[in-house]
Amino acid sequence: MQGPTAVPAQAVDASVRAARSGRHAGFGWLVALIALIASAPLLVALSSLFVDTGDIWSHLLTYVLPEAFTNTLLLVAGVATITSLLGVSLAWFVATCEFPGRRFFAWALLLPMAMPGYVLGFALAALFEYTGPLQSGWRATFGADTEFPGLGPAGASILTLSLVLYPYVFLICRQAFASQGVRGIEVAQSCGFRPVQGFFRVSLPLARPWIVAGVSLAIMECLADFGTVQLFNFTTFTTAIYRSWYGLFSLQSALQLSLVLVTLVLGALLLEKRFRGASRYTSTASAGHSRLELGKPQRLSVSLYCAAVLFVAFVLPASLILVWSVRSFGVEFDARYWHLAGNTLMLATMAAALITTVAVLLAFAVRYAPGRMNQALARIATLGYAIPGTVLAVGFFVPVAALSRWINGTLLSDSGTVVALQGGLSVVLLAYMARYLAVAHGPIDSALLRIKSSIEDAARGMGVSGLRLLGRVHVPILRPAIVTALLLVFVDVMKELPITLMTRPFGWDTLAVRVFQLTTEGEWQRAALPALAIVLAGLVPVVILSRRND
Amino acid sequence: MPNSLSARIPGFTALAIACLLVACGADNSEPAATTAADKAPEPVVVYSARAEQLIKPIFDAYTAETGVEVRYTTDSEQPLIQKLLAEGQTTPADLLLTVDAGNLWYAAEKGVLRPVRSDVLQADIPEHLRDPENQWFAMSVRARTIVYDTRSVDPADLKGYADLADPKWAGKLCLRTSAKVYNQSLVAMLIASLGERRTEEIVRGWVANLATDVFSNDTKLIEAIEAGQCQVGIVNTYYFGRLQKENPDIPVAIFWPAADTGGVHVNVSGAGVTRHAKNPEGAIALLDWMSQPKAQKLLGGENMEYPANPTVAAHPMVVAWGEFSASPMNVARAGEFQADAVKLMDRAGYR
Repeated sequence: MQGPTAVPAQAVDASVRAARSGRHAGFGWLVALIALIASAPLLVALSSLFVDTGDIWSHLLTYVLPEAFTNTLLLVAGVATITSLLGVSLAWFVATCEFPGRRFFAWALLLPMAMPGYVLGFALAALFEYTGPLQSGWRATFGADTEFPGLGPAGASILTLSLVLYPYVFLICRQAFASQGVRGIEVAQSCGFRPVQGFFRVSLPLARPWIVAGVSLAIMECLADFGTVQLFNFTTFTTAIYRSWYGLFSLQSALQLSLVLVTLVLGALLLEKRFRGASRYTSTASAGHSRLELGKPQRLSVSLYCAAVLFVAFVLPASLILVWSVRSFGVEFDARYWHLAGNTLMLATMAAALITTVAVLLAFAVRYAPGRMNQALARIATLGYAIPGTVLAVGFFVPVAALSRWINGTLLSDSGTVVALQGGLSVVLLAYMARYLAVAHGPIDSALLRIKSSIEDAARGMGVSGLRLLGRVHVPILRPAIVTALLLVFVDVMKELPITLMTRPFGWDTLAVRVFQLTTEGEWQRAALPALAIVLAGLVPVVILSRRND
Repeated sequence: MPNSLSARIPGFTALAIACLLVACGADNSEPAATTAADKAPEPVVVYSARAEQLIKPIFDAYTAETGVEVRYTTDSEQPLIQKLLAEGQTTPADLLLTVDAGNLWYAAEKGVLRPVRSDVLQADIPEHLRDPENQWFAMSVRARTIVYDTRSVDPADLKGYADLADPKWAGKLCLRTSAKVYNQSLVAMLIASLGERRTEEIVRGWVANLATDVFSNDTKLIEAIEAGQCQVGIVNTYYFGRLQKENPDIPVAIFWPAADTGGVHVNVSGAGVTRHAKNPEGAIALLDWMSQPKAQKLLGGENMEYPANPTVAAHPMVVAWGEFSASPMNVARAGEFQADAVKLMDRAGYR
């Protein structure tokens, strides 16, 4: 059994020595460049520290932040708990047990991911709020004065975000459990444990880096969320950020608040890293595809459990969205939809390819030349995911526009031509990278932990190194993780709004932009059609990639 | 050799960046055909915080009538203003189109707009609906007023915004979130006319009278009145108009606060020519056209708002809600007091 084994500190492997001797400066430059691009918004936020924002902070500290902070902690705790419970359990069942509908649930349980949080929130609210059918029915049955046991803003936000975010944990852990196979459980059984004990004593600890990778993505996404919490009027750190910017007209204090948020995330990630310590995870290579045979009642209850989650997180809201779409189809649908769908798929594909490539290079470069500096830079490069989208969009746009102004002012001042870097597709893609690098890096980095350094050493012994080592040894082993990363980035970009809005070239509207146009004017029912189109477009890669990966 | 391979990485990266830059340049290049074309008029480029479905019909009509192409991109108000600030001279935008006087005031304050001299606009747009220095002009007017449940409220009991703080409305009032700029403007105007202390009393009274948590949008608020969750609320009239269009028998009606209580709070959507516009003449021509009856009908009618040009009649359904006396204060004052309003609402516990 290959369990987590502590590695003595002095066991420094060959690549570290190589890095110390400065032979891999190229990788250092690569990491630095990626970090520079991805952390541009952070640098802009840092520059805000030197700006005096008057009495805004004392106002925020007295009246806004105490509540925002408590609520944010509650939100994070709730979402982390529910996404890890749902994600890990579903992933384990799907990956290691045999039950009716397993192959279907393996991909169908990913579907809620394709739905923007605020769309799911709106659909659920329409069903459960005071004017919705459930509460109206309740009042009709029990009288108008009886209190309906509602969730409140906190509960509604936690539930909605958990339902759209558990697939991140599910997808990443499914891959971990699948490659772990049932070997762990078998070993546990041979040691006299029951399967359930085996799960907790062996499978779960072995999957820890993946669970952490998935849950930290979910947490960062929920920290940056604005649409969902705004819908339920739940005051969080993010709503405080937007309040400072939109209400108090102070972008600077919004940037400062974002910096606080990012620092907290960084602290939490470093803390986790310390707890994980020097544990090492390697692959139990030939896991095979045998699955645990369950008794009939267990089989059925597992199927029922999967079906219940799928029903609440997807079938129910998607049906409602479908009904609305059918109703508004005549008004809303026109030929432009093909164009919108084309833009959406194209941007998502390009972004998924670019960001996953960069993530592989980054993870590999840091492994190949793991100095403290490189590790820190890689960490910084992936923090953009926790910054609220609109703030990140401005943070990325400002330096790009400044660079553009500088080019025009100095290099082209006499030539009469105007070059605008902003307004090009490349800026959209790089801004997506600043936001979603973490999404691709998470699964790849944790999968990289599993590649034994002895394999690399053997390859190096045969003269394979540098990028060829990456291509010949790592990429084939990382394949499932790469597929996961592609899928996550693809779906995330498809739903993305603030960056697309701010940096898209003229005419590059996406389905998410259409949803935004309609929902800002309160036309929720009309917005159902583009929302449904996002889900349908997201279905394609979900099905293709999961089938292949199964 | 490990050295040679890892040393190539900067090269690869540089190549990738070069590709990205080329891609960017290619996106930007205008089709060279314009030189050959028979002097097609220069397009007007608009940054719009108004949703596409509301502005496209107007731009389409303009293009059909004049042959001038209007290129636009949409986003939220503040990101658009930041975008203009960041772009400076390199901005492609000629015109900024946005909602809410606070945002227009802020745009002027930040220097992204320029003063415009246009006799047409001076004649069409009343003075209290434009910037004192003519940096922006209202294009439509939205009234934020009181709606009530016709089954349980006698309109004779309604007076104005301040009166909703009276304990007689305890447990009967519904409000939208204070995060929405419409409420921030409303409270800012109350501060401008009644002073900060009196306004804070009023807002505290509102909070004490709330029937339930604040709503995330006006439509849900009106539906809550319809369902009996509360009896009175404050909304923009066009949200009510849309629901009334769907259900003419909706048991909710509009109440206009009288002039002696300060009149009805109005806000605007408006537009201004950007400081670094490449085509300011084209932008002014579009603005002129938008202030004329045909476009004003479209602008107001499409969204059931009130035209900014007082000579143009509103949608018949909107006219049927009756005349009202609008607060005579210049709408720009909402911007001046907006930050104070937000802080006041925070202090008063209005979420």
